[in-house]
Amino acid sequence: MTNLIIIFLSIVFVNNFLLSQFLGICSFLGVSNKMSSAVGMSGAVVFVMILAEAVTWPVQQILDKFGIGYLQTVVFILVIAALVQFVEMFMKKFLPSLQKALGIYLPLITTNCAILGATINAITFEYSFAQSMIYSFGAGCGYAVAMIIFAGIREEKMNDLGDAVPAAFRGVPIILVAATIMSLSFMGFTGMFQ
Amino acid sequence: MDKKSKLSILTNGIIKENPVLILLIGTCPTLATSSSLSNGLGMGVAATAVLICSNIVISALRKIIPDKVRIPCYIVLIAGFVTIVQFIVKAYAPALDKSLGVFLPLIVVNCIILGRAEAFANKNSVIDSALDGIGMGIGFTLALAAMGSIRELLGTGCLLGKTIIPNFSIGFFNLAPGGFFVYGILIAVLIAATKGKALKKTNFSCGVCPMYNSCNLAEANEEVAAEAAAVAQKGAEA
Repeated sequence: MTNLIIIFLSIVFVNNFLLSQFLGICSFLGVSNKMSSAVGMSGAVVFVMILAEAVTWPVQQILDKFGIGYLQTVVFILVIAALVQFVEMFMKKFLPSLQKALGIYLPLITTNCAILGATINAITFEYSFAQSMIYSFGAGCGYAVAMIIFAGIREEKMNDLGDAVPAAFRGVPIILVAATIMSLSFMGFTGMFQ
Repeated sequence: MDKKSKLSILTNGIIKENPVLILLIGTCPTLATSSSLSNGLGMGVAATAVLICSNIVISALRKIIPDKVRIPCYIVLIAGFVTIVQFIVKAYAPALDKSLGVFLPLIVVNCIILGRAEAFANKNSVIDSALDGIGMGIGFTLALAAMGSIRELLGTGCLLGKTIIPNFSIGFFNLAPGGFFVYGILIAVLIAATKGKALKKTNFSCGVCPMYNSCNLAEANEEVAAEAAAVAQKGAEA
């Protein structure tokens, strides 16, 4: 049990997917300009990450049984792409309100490295099923924490900086500098859970 | 589209539309694998190999693949090439395999590869697509090498494992925040050097994503913008 808690906390804070492992940076920088889209995207990532882990972990056992573990990359990306499509159709039919909130972010998730990265990492670390479920849930939560804090910073402070920023740093570079500072502050968690 | 010369297609990806520094795509592997020059070069070469192969095959199959299922088809083709590259790296460069770790299989979801398939290979001839792949690959590799050498030199005082500046190291550059920082500084230098002309994107937004054309978020954003415009117009009338 403590083992599971340590896995969860260390993936949320110490090895945060966005800020220390650089998984899912495209969406971190792209969707964080509005709080509402950051929340929607994070929700969709947590949701799909758990589902993808629940499907890919058993699939890997089957692959290993037949000695074709090397097909991991091909099979995982296909499973995730099919799963996202299926979830989208299912939500449209049975959960229209959820579809409205998360639906538009789902197609983005197929090519999000965070999802594929979490599923491959869980296999590489040789986690049990329960451990990998906690791992991917934690990874999704860590993604949400970093994403929502960063969207808050951008919405509150960075939308009209105007002349406060040197000309060369306006736009893209200052966002990256802000991400640097956030990543630095998350480094404070290093070594907390061993 | 006017006929471009072969040379301009090749150099397009290296300078004018450098994927990392100008188009701002492929940021995940850029930040994660540029902690040292050797890692950056290894990642660049591996991604380039996949990019050239996938561009050639996708261009050759562009009339056979049905338009509606093209993205899944591309992903499967790219995943196949990535698996081959994984095998080669594991066999001939096990140290590189270890240091790249999960980012080697993650070439599958590298925005540059899918982005070039969508933006170039499915509209152009095989030779043009191969040249585009080579150019974009070299541009990606050069950007990674530049970031890798800056971070390795400042972070450890070494370059490719050889000491350049003795007794010098700023650990910050080797760690995660250093990646964001060096990337930001490089883009700022580029903006200053070209007086802002080089960079077409002034902000990170959905437009840089290769899925942009097939994504609902883009449509939703347009809807929101249209609604806001309608409300503003109503306000103006009242």
